[in-house]
Amino acid sequence: MALERETLDQLLETVRRFVGEQLIPNEDRICQEDAIPPEIVSQMRQLGLFGYSIPEEYGGIGLNMSEEVQLVFELSQASPACRSLVGTNNGIGSQGIILDGSKAQMEKYLPRLASGEIIGSFALTEPDFGSDAASIRTTAHREGEHYVINGTKRYITNAPEAGLFTLMARTGPKDSGADGISCFLVEAPTPGLKLGPPDKKMGMSGSHTCDVIFEDCRVPASQLLGGQEGQGFRTAMKVLDRGRLSIAAACVGVAERLIRDSLTFAAERKQFGRPIADFQLVQAMLADSRTEAYAARAMVTDAAARYDSGETVATLAACCKLFASEMVGRVADRAVQIHGGAGYVADYPVERFYRDVRLFRLYEGTSQIQQLIIARNMIRDHAG
Amino acid sequence: MKVLVPVKRVVDANVKVRVKADGSGVELANVKMAMNPFCEIAVEEAIRLKEKGIAEEIVAISVGSAQAGETIRTALAMGADRGILVKTDAPVIEPLAVAKILKGIVEAEQPGLVILGKQAIDDDASQTGQMLSALIGWPQATFASKIEIAEGKATITREIDGGLQTLRLSLPAIVTTDLRLNEPRYASLPNIMKAKKKPIDEKTPEEFGVDLTPRLEIVTTAEPPQRQAGMRVDTVAELVDKLKNEAGVL
Repeated sequence: MALERETLDQLLETVRRFVGEQLIPNEDRICQEDAIPPEIVSQMRQLGLFGYSIPEEYGGIGLNMSEEVQLVFELSQASPACRSLVGTNNGIGSQGIILDGSKAQMEKYLPRLASGEIIGSFALTEPDFGSDAASIRTTAHREGEHYVINGTKRYITNAPEAGLFTLMARTGPKDSGADGISCFLVEAPTPGLKLGPPDKKMGMSGSHTCDVIFEDCRVPASQLLGGQEGQGFRTAMKVLDRGRLSIAAACVGVAERLIRDSLTFAAERKQFGRPIADFQLVQAMLADSRTEAYAARAMVTDAAARYDSGETVATLAACCKLFASEMVGRVADRAVQIHGGAGYVADYPVERFYRDVRLFRLYEGTSQIQQLIIARNMIRDHAG
Repeated sequence: MKVLVPVKRVVDANVKVRVKADGSGVELANVKMAMNPFCEIAVEEAIRLKEKGIAEEIVAISVGSAQAGETIRTALAMGADRGILVKTDAPVIEPLAVAKILKGIVEAEQPGLVILGKQAIDDDASQTGQMLSALIGWPQATFASKIEIAEGKATITREIDGGLQTLRLSLPAIVTTDLRLNEPRYASLPNIMKAKKKPIDEKTPEEFGVDLTPRLEIVTTAEPPQRQAGMRVDTVAELVDKLKNEAGVL
């Protein structure tokens, strides 16, 4: 149900204030310590940021997609690691349960995810299978009232912190493709579940990924999502469809922050006796960034409204993710260019953002996968 | 114990205010508004008293237009229990008028404590709490940096020039908050949602028999003078010389 304008405004204003007063002043610290300070995490919990997309009856706030993207526009004005911490609980780490979980599974996990008591994580990608997700090799064999899981998952966001994995594993034969994949809710720690060392990434300091290794890891059969085998790949694709809008919104938020920083710098930095914002070649960069960010914002807002009205937005969500993630890459590049030498040293946030935003074009489906989704859907719809 | 917390809607502290072209005041059209920061501290303190089991109910009050209801809503989202909006479209409401209205509310509600911000950041009058205290004849402790309540008494620490002063007051009493009393919490997102279900009573100044006609006339409003650039001096002797002969402060 949509919120009243006044309530939504108050909600967004609170997030805006929190971002400005708590997150942005701590960005450098988050980067240096490669961790979000515990007091900030605790404030994020108290604010309810871990459950904005989780339904109200399970302790969340139950924002619809239009409201969620507006919140993400605000939250993403700070270092993307901050959004990433709450991103999985509101996105890929909880949506599988919301979309396809049984009532008992929802009651067991959603309130704990909404409060931030546990971190949810989504384990699909493997060392040999990323974009080709239908070919994953992690297996789950039924043994009485348990499934025994074996395999390795790679680049799993928030895995070092996770208390619950939404895991995709093959219950069907080796060549069963998408139909042989099932989804499990695996709690951590569980015997047989091991974590690799945290990945050393190009950016996104403060947000952690690592391998998740399953060695004869036994989970009760009741942990099969929705109690049905063979549905895992469909669940994963639905989860990613929705997540794409949220990622696109994050790209918009970051782009707007970068534009603001660039404008502030351009207005203050003087060359040839004038602020560099007076020079037309700098103005062109500012204008291009502003235009593209606005286009992405409009796309995301439109697609989210369509999602809320019940329309299928798989194609549009992929369009948004593709355009917004490529857009924020160009905006970050221009931000460094406008900052000149200052943009290449770590004294200014743009250096960090430039590295952080590179991820947006890669995760939850690369730009090339988005192109394939868009074109395949176009051709399928054309064929009728 | 019931705690009343009057809250004022003011121009957001982060907004750079601009004087109206005719000098009659500051520009308020399309300007972001928020709860006065000192009032926020008052709300926070009331909530902490409730969390300690000292306060049972917190009533947030505001006098102003329908939008002042949003400020009450913010207090409710932080943790106040209900609100009273004294609605008026009067463009200027002076502290004495607010104090008279609050007197009427205090008489009706019979609280054990009224906590107010020490001043509002728009007119910086710092009068409402003191006037309310005089009107109802309750003890007051202004500019509180620490509040302790026990056995019908309030022990209030005040930051004054040169140190701290501690006062003990019998309840019921009026307390106004200083900046360092506490750090107000953010209203949590779930509480913002719940706040819309909490009741806000609407009243009018007439119900309290209060005439809002301003007693003061604003003659002019002007921007502060532009700050002059500073200068660097090479030696202490030069600094002393300039302070003595140019600035005239020594």
